[in-house]
Amino acid sequence: MTSSEISDVAYACDIPAERPWSRVLTKGQTLRIIDSEGQQAVDALLYCADDPAERYSSQDTLRVQGSAYVELGTRLISNKGRVMARITADSCGRHDTSAGCCSCESNAVRFGEATRYQHACRENFILELSKHGLTKRDIVSNLNFFMNAPIDPSGQFTVVDGISAPGNYVDVTADMDVLFVISNCPQVNNPCNGFNPTPIRAVVRDMSGL
Amino acid sequence: MAETKPDIAEANRRRYEELRAAGQNLTPKGLPEPTALDGAPIVPDALIHHEQVPAGWYATVRLRRGEALRILDECGRSSVSLIGWREEDTSERINCADTVKVQWSAALSKGRVILSDMGRVLLSLVEDTSGAHDLLVGGSTPSSTLAAFGAATRNTRENFLAAAAKIGLCIRDIPPCVTFFAPVSLDDAGRFLWNPLRKRPGDFVDLRAEMNLVVVASNCAHPLDPARPVATGPVTLIKHRVPPPRDNDLCRTASPEAARAFAFTDRLYA
Repeated sequence: MTSSEISDVAYACDIPAERPWSRVLTKGQTLRIIDSEGQQAVDALLYCADDPAERYSSQDTLRVQGSAYVELGTRLISNKGRVMARITADSCGRHDTSAGCCSCESNAVRFGEATRYQHACRENFILELSKHGLTKRDIVSNLNFFMNAPIDPSGQFTVVDGISAPGNYVDVTADMDVLFVISNCPQVNNPCNGFNPTPIRAVVRDMSGL
Repeated sequence: MAETKPDIAEANRRRYEELRAAGQNLTPKGLPEPTALDGAPIVPDALIHHEQVPAGWYATVRLRRGEALRILDECGRSSVSLIGWREEDTSERINCADTVKVQWSAALSKGRVILSDMGRVLLSLVEDTSGAHDLLVGGSTPSSTLAAFGAATRNTRENFLAAAAKIGLCIRDIPPCVTFFAPVSLDDAGRFLWNPLRKRPGDFVDLRAEMNLVVVASNCAHPLDPARPVATGPVTLIKHRVPPPRDNDLCRTASPEAARAFAFTDRLYA
C-alpha cells in the first residue's frame, strides 16, 4: 500500500487460508481485499446491515450491468434493486458472480463422493452467518473475487487458473451500511485457488475509493 | 502411501482436467436433439391438471417425485421464470450456480438437469423444444420494468414474493431463478445478447420432478426481451404423469456428475 492509503486505515487483518470473516462496513467505507499470495478465490456475501433480508443479488447485478463479469465500476445490486456497494479499484481485472460457492454436497457431485468430507465455503458461510442470526436460507448468490470462470458464447463454463498475482487487490466501497461476509475459499479440487488455498488480507479505509 | 502436498495438488489437477474434457466434449456430444414441436403429445390418461396463466401472473404447483410439469408458450412471445423448493424442507431450493458449474454449461437443453443446493436433482429436462433458457440474468423486477416501460408493471420479483408468502415463505427464501424461453447468450466480451429467432409459438419444456417440490412459475417478459411489454401472452401449465425413468434415462446418464446427483437424490427415497 502507498503511504496515503495507510493513513486512513480503520481496520486490517489477515484472513488465514480456508477461514471465514465478517464485518459491518459503514456507508462510504472501502474494503480492500488483497490476494496476498495470488490465485486465491474469495467468496463474498453482502447484507443490508439494517435489514439483512435485503442482500446481494448476482442476477440483479448482472441484469443492471448488462454483462456477465464483475469488474471496475460494477455496482453490486441488492434483491430490492438498490446499490449496496461498488467496485472502486481493481488490480486483477475480472471476478465471477455466477458460479456460487463450493459446498460439501456440490463437491461430491462434481468431484466424487470422496470429496464430500472436505471443508467448503458453505460451511464457512453457515458458521459466520450464525454469528449474525442468519442461516443457510440466507446464503443466496455470492461474489467470487479473483476467480476466473469464463462463459463462452455457447454457454460453456469453466473454472480456469486464477489470473490474480500476489498482492493484487479489489476495493469495494459501501453505498449503505453492509454486513460483508467472506469465505477464504478452501477448494482444492479445481484451479480457483491454484489447488493450494492461501491467506488473504482485509483492509478497511474510511475514505471512499480513489 | 505418503503423498506430498504437490503430489496431491497434481493429482487433483489431473482429475479436474479429465472431468473438464468429459464435461465439455463428451457430454455435450451425447445430448439429444431438441424435441419436435409435435414430438411429445400427452395422452389423456397421463393428464393430472391443466391451467392457463395470464401474462404478468404466476402459479404455484406442487409436484410429487416422478410427476412432470409441461410449460407451453403457445404464442411464442412469453418467457417463464421459475423457482422451487423441496416440499419437506424448503431450505433446500433451486441453485442456478450449481446447475451451471456441475454441468460445465450455462445452457440448459433436453437431457440436462436443474440442481438443488444440496447436490441433488430438483428437475430434469426430459423434453425441450427450445434449448434457449436463461440461468444468469434472472426475471423482471420493479426497477427493470420501470426502466423498460417508464412505469412499474407486474413483474417476476413481486410474483415470487406473493407466491412465497402464500406458503409461509418470504423474501429470504427467493433464490436466483431460471427463465424458460429466454434466449440469452454472451458475446466474447461477456455482454448479454437476446436472440429473438430462437423463440417459436408452441415451444415447451417438460420438467420431471426428482423430489417432492413446490415450484412457482412467473409469466412475465424477460428483462432483456426488447419486444416487451406487448410481447407476452398466456402460457399453459400441464401437470402430468411420465413413465418412471429407466436405467438408460437420458438425464440420469448424461454425465458422471448427473449420475452422482441422481444417486444422492435417490438416497432420500431409498
